[in-house]
Amino acid sequence: MLSWANFGSQLFNGLALGALLALIASGLTIIYGTLGVLNLAHGAMFMLGGYAGYAAYQASGSFVVGVAAGTLAVGALGIVLERVIIRHFYHRPHEDQLLVTFGLAIVFVEAVRWGFSSDTKTVQAPQLLSGITDLGFMSYPTYRLAVVGICAVALLLLFFVLYRTRLGLIVRAGIEDAEMVDSLGINVDRIFMTVFGIGAMAAGFAGFINSPIVSLAPDVGEQILVQTFVVVVIGGVGSFPGAVLGGLIAGEIISLTSMVNPGYAYVMLFAAMVLVLMLRPHGLLGTKGRE
Amino acid sequence: MKHDSSKPLFDRNRRALVRAGLGLAGGLTLPGYVAQAFAAEGPPIGTWPAGIQGKEVFIGVAVPRTGSYAEQGEDELKGWQLAVEHINSGHPLVQRISPKTKKGVQGKELKLVVADSAAKPNDAVQAEQRFITENKIMLMTGSTSSAVAVAMNKLAQREKVLYTAGISGSNDTTGKDCVRYGFRQNFYGETAANAIGPVLLKAYGKNKKMAFMTPDYTYGHTVTKSCSDYLKEHGGWTMVTNQVSPLGATDFSSYLTNITNSGAEILLNVNWGRDAVLSTQQAKQFGVIPKMKLVIPYQIPFLAKNIGAELAEGVFAATDFWWTLEDKYPLAKMFVDEFRKKYGYNPEWGAENAYMSFAMWADAVENAGTFYPPDVIKSYEAGRKLQSMVGEVYIRKEDHQLVRPVVIVRGKAPKEMRNKEDFWEVTEVVPGAPLMQKPDAFDCKLGDYT
Repeated sequence: MLSWANFGSQLFNGLALGALLALIASGLTIIYGTLGVLNLAHGAMFMLGGYAGYAAYQASGSFVVGVAAGTLAVGALGIVLERVIIRHFYHRPHEDQLLVTFGLAIVFVEAVRWGFSSDTKTVQAPQLLSGITDLGFMSYPTYRLAVVGICAVALLLLFFVLYRTRLGLIVRAGIEDAEMVDSLGINVDRIFMTVFGIGAMAAGFAGFINSPIVSLAPDVGEQILVQTFVVVVIGGVGSFPGAVLGGLIAGEIISLTSMVNPGYAYVMLFAAMVLVLMLRPHGLLGTKGRE
Repeated sequence: MKHDSSKPLFDRNRRALVRAGLGLAGGLTLPGYVAQAFAAEGPPIGTWPAGIQGKEVFIGVAVPRTGSYAEQGEDELKGWQLAVEHINSGHPLVQRISPKTKKGVQGKELKLVVADSAAKPNDAVQAEQRFITENKIMLMTGSTSSAVAVAMNKLAQREKVLYTAGISGSNDTTGKDCVRYGFRQNFYGETAANAIGPVLLKAYGKNKKMAFMTPDYTYGHTVTKSCSDYLKEHGGWTMVTNQVSPLGATDFSSYLTNITNSGAEILLNVNWGRDAVLSTQQAKQFGVIPKMKLVIPYQIPFLAKNIGAELAEGVFAATDFWWTLEDKYPLAKMFVDEFRKKYGYNPEWGAENAYMSFAMWADAVENAGTFYPPDVIKSYEAGRKLQSMVGEVYIRKEDHQLVRPVVIVRGKAPKEMRNKEDFWEVTEVVPGAPLMQKPDAFDCKLGDYT
């Protein structure tokens, strides 16, 4: 089992896993970093993106329409949620925030169960991207290869928004010190809404992109939420580069451990998190003192 | 807990009543129904006789309706519902299995109380515990996971309430974790391996390299062990890799990468429910199939429908039941017709197992002439020959496992299918007795009656 061929294959597979985790985690981390709200409904939003995209894909026959629908529907939902519910919790204790987002997650999952049943839905990859690509050292599903590229593009886009725009500047400033940003006369309220919307969009987008890989079920978000949290903790809460780094590290840990003994893949992932928490409590790329 | 505090109080009253009843027995003629209720010896036990005081008797069902095994759980549930309907109306099919059944069980109407277990032992135990306290259930069932079945076994023995397993493929359910109060109708790892083993050796020859995909709990480990042991011993096959994944895994890429690089020629996928569907689909995406031959040692209801006939074509699987057995067995025909009439599709083996397990319980109770659990257990243990959808069967008294045939099926090519549910061709119905291990081989110790 411990051959170089397998090592190379798993290294690559870890990259593919990690790219997706990085994308989902980046949404979670910027929301927490900016708003201070730990969004336990992030996994459910990931799942909703899958179903919204699936419904649109079924109706239109176009994968691209599915991607757009999954992304925009969850983005819009995020904005509505922020306006109607979340913003009332900014100044309440963390426990209240956890409870309300956890409650929302349950509502979303059960609503989808009610509308789409518990049965697994298979989402076909677009014709162009189905099949297998021979990479020389291994054969890899073409769609999964494409997902690595798609995630990379999406992450670059997020990077651009966060680091090359005025909005991004304010968001990053808000992560460091929201009060100061507020007192500089910037409408933090609107920024918070936008950030929650962007984070939700990232989750919805990833949810649909992921659906041809693992199929759709109402509970897909639960597992991914746990992994995403680990990624955020490893990378550093509130840090976008941290989410990307954490995602890739998590992907590689899962993949490479399973080469030795698949039963320990997730044990090692959590062990890594513990190690990071002990040695660098604020995460690999996190900064001390951040909320 | 409500249950703990209410039970002793209730027991005391009941015991007093029985004592008074016995005292009176010499001089007085008790009314008929009371005489029947207390015909059996012994003080109150479990939910008896509280559970048979009314016109109705409750059965507790903890079945996965969400999660990885939900689709199979729903099919099972339909089987139980149909059985209850048939028992209550004294349907001819039930009477073929349980000849003494008239209407209901001992004149009582059966009622199901159902909870979602999500295939989690904790959820299942909590639900049944509630049903025991609130509904005084006389029988419990459920599991589409042996982890649940094993937990339910323990609950059954502790609470002295009978348990008949739903789908449970682990050797442990009637092996090291067997109990006096638990019974199983369906096939399991060891019988699956001994039935499909010779078929595989004949089809693929000796000295092959095999890879396993195994869900990480009692079912997966015992099925994989039974299969690999058989193939090693009788065919010289070598296990080159065993990819163990948690129940509910969705991404199998790293497992499949290992399998790709393992040099295996045959892939035995022991995953179950949605995990089996996803792992098989992904095996195709990674090119593992068709490079390797796929084998399903323990059949999953709706697998072929979910992965598509192209992927199932030529795949060997061991199973409890497949609907085309209706051509061979009259009871199978009755069952499939009735089920299809009510639910609009052909039943899978989960529904068949569910239906049979209730009919067998009805037979045991009617033959005991009482719901008194120790007597019902002895009635089961009498080993009467029963008719089933796959011919004659009987309970083995040493481990409470039904001795029953295992069905071998092979995936049909899409063009050979007569209709859209005609996925599998039954190639063999292997008699059950020779497939089973010796009763003590898996360390079964049943425990006490009372």
